Amino acid sequence: MSGAVAGAVLAGWPVVADPSMVLPLQVGVDAVGEFVFGLFLWVLEQWHWALEWAYHFTGIEMLNPDYRYMHRAILVGLCIGVMAPLIGTFLVHRQLALIGDALAHTAFAGVAVGLFLNAVIDLGVSPYLTAVVVAMIAALLIELISEVTDAYNDVSMAIVLSTGFALGTTLISLNAGGLAVGVNQYLFGNLATVSPTSAAILLVLFVVIVGTVTLTRNQLLYVTFDETAAAVSGIPVNWYNRITVMLTAMVVVGAMQIMGVILVAAMLVVPVAGATQVSRSFSESLVVSVVLAELAVLLGIAVSFYAGVTAGGIIVLVAVGIYVCAVALGKVQSARGEQATPHMGSIEADSVDVSAGNGDD
Amino acid sequence: MSTQDSDAASTAESATRTATGSDADTPTAEPVVDLSGVTFGYTSTPVVTDVSLAVDQGEYVAIVGPNGSGKSTLMQLMLGLLEPDAGTARLFDESAVRFDDGERIGYVAQHASAAKEMPITVREVVKMGRFAHLTLDGVGDLNRDTIGALREAPLETVRAGLGTVPAIVNAIFGRLSRSDLAIVDEALETVGMSAFADRRITQLSGGQRQRAFIARALASEADLLVLDEPTVGVDAESVDAFYDLLGALNDEGITVVLIEHDLGAVVDHADRVVCLNREVYFDGPTEAFVESDALARAFGTEARVLTEVDG
Repeated sequence: MSGAVAGAVLAGWPVVADPSMVLPLQVGVDAVGEFVFGLFLWVLEQWHWALEWAYHFTGIEMLNPDYRYMHRAILVGLCIGVMAPLIGTFLVHRQLALIGDALAHTAFAGVAVGLFLNAVIDLGVSPYLTAVVVAMIAALLIELISEVTDAYNDVSMAIVLSTGFALGTTLISLNAGGLAVGVNQYLFGNLATVSPTSAAILLVLFVVIVGTVTLTRNQLLYVTFDETAAAVSGIPVNWYNRITVMLTAMVVVGAMQIMGVILVAAMLVVPVAGATQVSRSFSESLVVSVVLAELAVLLGIAVSFYAGVTAGGIIVLVAVGIYVCAVALGKVQSARGEQATPHMGSIEADSVDVSAGNGDD
Repeated sequence: MSTQDSDAASTAESATRTATGSDADTPTAEPVVDLSGVTFGYTSTPVVTDVSLAVDQGEYVAIVGPNGSGKSTLMQLMLGLLEPDAGTARLFDESAVRFDDGERIGYVAQHASAAKEMPITVREVVKMGRFAHLTLDGVGDLNRDTIGALREAPLETVRAGLGTVPAIVNAIFGRLSRSDLAIVDEALETVGMSAFADRRITQLSGGQRQRAFIARALASEADLLVLDEPTVGVDAESVDAFYDLLGALNDEGITVVLIEHDLGAVVDHADRVVCLNREVYFDGPTEAFVESDALARAFGTEARVLTEVDG
């Protein structure tokens, strides 16, 4: 599971098992990939250092340097708390809440492919990387189907979901023996199995996702809110839809490490649903959903650590608890907000010359 | 000469606006919308058949027709959202489907399409009208002129170049500038929605919501406004004010294409009427339309009822 191999896959190159097939160009790409990967491993080291320092300062048992995996789990959790609701906001408001579930199940097929290849031809690649690749292909497929049939349709989503899971279980049962042991970790997530490699993969995904959303949030918002008007204003709607589903695939795989395949979609949906109840503006709802998600993740990880329960389950339970509170708060808010009705002005035909007059000078 | 060229490039947008601001029959004016022999069907049955239609700059055209007559489809063909099965659709002298100069078009729909339950404020909706202006077009094209200018007056050119840096940064990060926000506020003011700017759009009535969408089209400062039954659900008083607003915008030189079911409004406001029922039944000045029998032919029995009601 070397950084070089991981780097090559991240850079979009097929992993070549036979070294004689490696092209000179690929060596260069490998080097870049390795450098980037090394950089994120270095970031991880700094994170360990910071949390150790925090442990000595506060004495919180969860941060004890003896449990380095907890440090990584917290880092992964924090990243998930940002990127899942960030993407989830765009999905939920397009009635695509279930696409996360569909992609998670195909990501499971990707994990199975990775485990299978590792067992059969000793590829030595992280199953999370194959999961990213397979989930992104599935995401594109769902999107293309919807473009051809003019609608996202429950049926095609359900078919992709079950195909993914069926493929996964089949591949895993194919080489039963050693494999079944590792499957639980992917199905239900596990704090203790967050390895430095998978944490670094997550950091890469995090940077890609947050960066893309930062640069394209206007277009994503426009497409989400009003697809036709967005198309008229010259936004290539189909491309932004493809970007959205590909980012979703990345989030799902990233979050799978501690959430597990079955519960990962909850992080895309539940905090966003909660934020929708209490926020007025879109930017507010983005911020609130991230705050709610972080709250759920950190509380969930803490409960999981001290009570010894599965992190994924408890995180979702906490998130749902927060959602219920948000619904109640939203009801109170709207009950109080309805008292004041501002005065609606009239449409002023005369004032248009101000806006249209800027061509004169 | 070099300065002249760069001037022309930098003021290209305002130049087109001034051109549209003057009379519609300016010599260089290409038709804004140009459909010739357009046929389209979602299935093998065509929804519009052999429609030819040209809209010039500064015109105020209303497209009328009974339900299911292909008005909305025709509009989508005009805007390049659909590709004709036969014939050509051109927008600002470019293929409509490939047209991507979105800031030249403002669009107001019957608002079934927008995700209304989303948490979003009126101001955020209107801001969307400015997104199409956040492009790198015309910002920092490095050409021979720039190099020449660098040689002649290095300091000034560099200073001018640095002046465009905020615009470039805004375009990349999608941040609206202060002048963009001022235009947004102005558009809100124009439709009388300033007091509602920070209201969530779900809390508004249908008419108020429609005003917000009209404000978005205004904020886009488009050369062409396309409206698909924009006053559905708007209270009667606001409807009149809204048509006055459209008239005023048209007087400023903005081309208006209005798809409308309310024949009374069309007769009162539009300069030219296109009567459609799968094919064009009438295309001409509003006065001639009122006198013609196109209405009865296109609408069939339904129109007789309508005209009787209108008196």
